[in-house]
Amino acid sequence: MAATQAEAGGERSVMAGPAGPAMGDVGPVGPAVGEPGAAGPAVDGSDGAAGAAMVAEEPPAPPPLPGLRLVQQGAEAHVYRGLFLGRAAVAKLRVPKRYRHPALEERLSRRRMAQEARSLLRCRRAGIPAPAVYFVDYVTNSIFLEDIVDSITVQDHIYSVQKSGNDTSGLHKLAEKMGELLARMHDEDIIHGDLTTANLLLRPPTEKLDLVLIDFGLSFISGLPEDKGVDLYVLEKAFISTHPDTETMFQALLKAYAATSKKSAPVIKKLDEVRLRGRKRSMIG
Amino acid sequence: MNGGGVTGTGNAPEVGRKGAGKRNWRALRDVTGGTPGNARRDVMPTVLGLEGSANKVGAGVVRDGAVLSNRRATYVTPPGHGFAPGPTGRHHRAVVLGLVRAALSEAGVEPRDLDGVAFTKGPGMGSPLAVVAAVARTLAQLWGRPLLAVNHCVGHIEMGRLLGSAPDPLVLYVSGGNTQVIAYSRRRYRILGETLDVAVGNCIDRLARLLQIPNAPSPGYNVEQLAKRGRRLIPLPYVVKGLDVSFSGLLSHLQAVTPKLLESGEATPEDLCFSLQETAFAMLAEVTERALALTRARHLLLVGGVACNHRLQEMLQTMCKARGAELCPVDDRYCIDNGAMIAQAGWEMLRVGQVTELSQSGITQRYRTDEVEVTWRD
Repeated sequence: MAATQAEAGGERSVMAGPAGPAMGDVGPVGPAVGEPGAAGPAVDGSDGAAGAAMVAEEPPAPPPLPGLRLVQQGAEAHVYRGLFLGRAAVAKLRVPKRYRHPALEERLSRRRMAQEARSLLRCRRAGIPAPAVYFVDYVTNSIFLEDIVDSITVQDHIYSVQKSGNDTSGLHKLAEKMGELLARMHDEDIIHGDLTTANLLLRPPTEKLDLVLIDFGLSFISGLPEDKGVDLYVLEKAFISTHPDTETMFQALLKAYAATSKKSAPVIKKLDEVRLRGRKRSMIG
Repeated sequence: MNGGGVTGTGNAPEVGRKGAGKRNWRALRDVTGGTPGNARRDVMPTVLGLEGSANKVGAGVVRDGAVLSNRRATYVTPPGHGFAPGPTGRHHRAVVLGLVRAALSEAGVEPRDLDGVAFTKGPGMGSPLAVVAAVARTLAQLWGRPLLAVNHCVGHIEMGRLLGSAPDPLVLYVSGGNTQVIAYSRRRYRILGETLDVAVGNCIDRLARLLQIPNAPSPGYNVEQLAKRGRRLIPLPYVVKGLDVSFSGLLSHLQAVTPKLLESGEATPEDLCFSLQETAFAMLAEVTERALALTRARHLLLVGGVACNHRLQEMLQTMCKARGAELCPVDDRYCIDNGAMIAQAGWEMLRVGQVTELSQSGITQRYRTDEVEVTWRD
């Protein structure tokens, strides 16, 4: 199974995407952390919905580049927004988990950063919508990605549609689009590893249902129906727990997935098997 | 009999309202009709709880948030052995009546002071569950009191809510048979994440068996003590899938490498215990953190037998602090399976009239946390 994936290769940093000539105004790669106070002129102007979600009790880590603005403290990384070589960028800084043994932390964060970059590249090569990778920095443990400007998560979109009381037929269509997208991703043997409605973005305008996949930190490459089945199971559970009234949505998603994917039959069969797994152990204790 | 010992777990600090005196059960149903002197007592239901889903058997009495007594016995097997259903059931059968008697007398209540008899319906091992359920049914009929069939996991959660004073926490439930991340939403305890195979406590117990570590007081406790002297972190499979975890690969890897590592001197038993804890608990902290981010919960409640582990507590504490969340204090007496927690969940059920008919009082080995309709919460 996917217990141990390949460790990150020997490379210290990876350049990718259309970022042009390297590091024009970035300065020395790693230690750009020194100026936490300097707000910098490079901050992009849109002071939108960002910033509200912060609950940090520990002071947030300084941004990996001066001028970046902290927008979210996720479970995996601190997310910053700003400009990278003149492009709207998102920087994900992996803050070491102090509860983890340092050796384990090092192993995991290396592996996950490498996997994230690798899977994003693979997606883009296959024409699957995902942010471009601008820069990977093993010194500060951060990864610079294309900012999908003015996008919202599918999670928030579902909430707002449900709240508005509008007809939810649009959600059905959205679910089908999601199913098609995931089918294409799985056909490339990319396993996302953490599929939730919060890890799928909708580009504006939302009516176009233009989806973008993000957050590949737990991803890996595998052709096994087992891994693809678990991937779908993870999403199904996320649906049930975050959107309790959307049972039909996941059904529509699966239907579209099965219709789109060339290898869906064994995956759907595996999914039925995996569904019984959580239950099995609800026995003793 | 295999070294079973009866241990009183002592009184909770809240004890004080002893001796409710003589009272008619009917008065509870007709609260408004009571005389002024009795009125207060009449809205203070007292519940006896019986637990026996695994190798612990317990009896406890709870009245209105006060634990009046909590007695327990543990079936302990020799090093290298787990506990099988049959012998465990026989152990429970031999001690359960003594525990009930001790719990009642310590609480200072007579059978007539009780308003309900709660018992563990499941999940758990069949034989021990059946033994304890038979006792509960008999007592309920003998004393003419309603039966309250409690889901074991819900018992842990309700006891944790009572002690933790957080009304709506995220719950991490870790024990020998269960590993679940639970959040309450719309009358269900919903399982956000869980183990896809073996429970974390089972994984620890089986390393203990592999290393022939004694099962008294508990294998998990002894592994924890050894782990404190571990130095070397052996790389072990770290498997997180969304909010779910998987320990089976970790366990079979340990089973495969342990003999070699010990023989070659590459690792000591201490290192193995240390490495298992560091890896498995980091997985739990990670999915719990992700669930905290998802639900935006402010409090984390840690329950189940493995909750007693100080290293796990420390890791979750560190994680919570970094997120601005709070870990509710852990009380060992009520994390390990016990009767009081069943009484507490039964008390909540009695409060809203969710009583169990005799014909519906069968036990079930598989009984998921999210199957219970939580009628006592908004």
